[in-house]
Amino acid sequence: MMKKQYFLNAKIIDPKNSIDEIGGLIIGENGKIEAIGKKVNQNNIPSREKYIDLKEKFIFPGLVDMRVFVGEPGYEYKENFRTLSNAALAGGVTSVVTMPNTSPVIDNVSMVDFLKRRGRDKSKINIFPTASLTKGLEGTNMNEFGLLNKKGIIGYTDGTQTIQNTRLMSRIMRSAFDLDALVIQHAEDNELSKDGQVNDGIIATKLGLQGIPDYAEKIIIERDLTLLEDFNCRYHIAQISSEKSVEIIKNRKEIVKFTTGVSINNLSLNQNDIGDFRTFLKLSPPLRTEEDRLSLIKGINQNLIDVIVSDHKPEDEESKRLTFSQAATGASGIETLLPLALELFHNGSIKLNKIIECMTSNPAKILKIDKGSLSVGSDADLCIVDIYKPWVVKKEKMISKSKNTCIEDKKLQGKVISTFINGVELFKC
Amino acid sequence: MANSKNAVKISKKHLLGIQDLSISDVKTILSESKNFIALNKSKNKKIDILRGKTQINLFFEPSTRTQSSFELAGKRLGADVMSMNITNSAIKKGETLIDTAMTLNAMHPDIIVVRHQDSGASNLLSQKVNCAVLNAGDGRREHPTQALLDALTIMEKKNKIEGLKIAICGDILHSRVARSNIYLLNMLGADINIVAPSNLMPKDLEKFGVNTFTNMKEGVKDCDIVMMLRLQNERMTSSFLSSNREYYEYYGLTPDKLEKAKSDAIIMHPGPMNRGIEIDTKLADDINKSVIKEQVELGVAVRMACLKLFCE
Repeated sequence: MMKKQYFLNAKIIDPKNSIDEIGGLIIGENGKIEAIGKKVNQNNIPSREKYIDLKEKFIFPGLVDMRVFVGEPGYEYKENFRTLSNAALAGGVTSVVTMPNTSPVIDNVSMVDFLKRRGRDKSKINIFPTASLTKGLEGTNMNEFGLLNKKGIIGYTDGTQTIQNTRLMSRIMRSAFDLDALVIQHAEDNELSKDGQVNDGIIATKLGLQGIPDYAEKIIIERDLTLLEDFNCRYHIAQISSEKSVEIIKNRKEIVKFTTGVSINNLSLNQNDIGDFRTFLKLSPPLRTEEDRLSLIKGINQNLIDVIVSDHKPEDEESKRLTFSQAATGASGIETLLPLALELFHNGSIKLNKIIECMTSNPAKILKIDKGSLSVGSDADLCIVDIYKPWVVKKEKMISKSKNTCIEDKKLQGKVISTFINGVELFKC
Repeated sequence: MANSKNAVKISKKHLLGIQDLSISDVKTILSESKNFIALNKSKNKKIDILRGKTQINLFFEPSTRTQSSFELAGKRLGADVMSMNITNSAIKKGETLIDTAMTLNAMHPDIIVVRHQDSGASNLLSQKVNCAVLNAGDGRREHPTQALLDALTIMEKKNKIEGLKIAICGDILHSRVARSNIYLLNMLGADINIVAPSNLMPKDLEKFGVNTFTNMKEGVKDCDIVMMLRLQNERMTSSFLSSNREYYEYYGLTPDKLEKAKSDAIIMHPGPMNRGIEIDTKLADDINKSVIKEQVELGVAVRMACLKLFCE
């Protein structure tokens, strides 16, 4: 049993419970939230108890990051559960959804057992694993959604791959409907994006790199949403990157039920940031134009996009110190997810409440997990944040095992001061 | 002569692309090149301004004319030239470009000439070595010495570039020659028409300050120069065109299409040529119109100038 903890004078934001006020928070001896809000103040806590005056720093629910790659099993040299946990905690992330693109692939019950054991032994944060949609990520045979559901798999995705076969996709949706499985699609047509390195456009032409057109994404979204009209399973588009995709989502929102995510990278950067072949900005989906970026922000503000993810993809230096076309795709970003998202608040793009909603209650609702809120009685997973603290991103200071940040030297405002899971402070700045 | 008394400087350490150069850099290279044209025609072609310097030609992609041109250029200037064809050595053993670069760097070369199939390879290499790097073609991005020799050829034939109307035709998508020429000829004040089927036209090319055409007769109309590019079948991973036959019909340079250009228009081609695919074989050999051989000849002079200027 731990001691009760009292936090007073905090700015509390908890979108699920519509809390956006100055108040206090009490963590009970059982590690759960006992009381929260403006009613918790110096006048109504026992006078002998010690409390922490947060001086109007922010308390958010611990973030739920819906798209995280961990190197276990197979790529432990890129990231393991221990290093991932530490990086996540430094970024205020207390729950992560892991991708099945490991070696071997997470596509069967015994792999899930292994994953859960490793997660339990090595991870400090909550791990919510996904399994692959198809066996071996091969895009041919669908996985055992029912059996894997029973093992605690919360969603199914081929991660970096897309189900190309339309007939298979329709059958996956049918099966997912029967078994209440969440389907998460990475939307990209393989043929249209073949050998593609960056957004198809002026930067691709200038750098002499093969482009990935925006319609490669749109065409899969359109196809899946069409299928969804007949087979209405729980369906989530992992990440979108372009104005065309926002438009198609807007058009279909009234007709079918689905949810959408976006990477913080696509919200914060555009193709011009790639500069002179900076391989750390080789991402999937690729960074697109400034117009595309602005449309994604608009998409969030209009409730067309539900979730912001880090798309944390740790890659070792050797995989990036290559020519652009040979270099690995992806950026390490779980510890900068919140500070980078706060930039969108500071520059007036998105309201703070909305940003937090997209990283807490919205993903929790899609995943049907009891996380991402500060509800009384729930696990005290939370972070305390100084949203105005200035700092500069330096890769040598990163906690993740892989230092492939795509925002090296970026000046940010906002830092996590401490992160709690089940009422225990596991990170302190 | 080649040894000008007032040493002229280039603003860049490396020659990675035309897009990095200033107009005065370009003029310096072109005027230095002119000095070498005469030398290359004289009986004794060898001078010693690069004596004691080591030049490594690092070719990851097969090349005949560019590699031999750079080799000859280095030798005529008195450098010790070593040519390495990497296509079948270290890379096959799993060595990365950076490791190859570090290995060569340890041998203290003064200049590395590199060709690589990946765009940006010369940029990457230049970050890892101490000596100057000359890009002899990287992927589809740039081939600066080719553009410089093209500009020199045009100046020799037309005495100017500013105000000329130049058509660049063919497989633009896969062409580094096209990109370098667009930057360079634009910088020198030419009016550029790009002619290609839509499938071989890079996206947003108009933003580079050129006019784009899918109809060749319209594109070459009233042009002073018609520059043909090689159809790069080896870079095509899927079907871009129905057939060579149809391509020749619509985009091959034939007398009836050339007729639309100015009567004194000259024909250029960076080579190697696909005769009967992008160019009529008789036109290619027509000494009154085609300057393809001069391009090769002046290529040596341009590369001598670049070696000299970037070695300093």
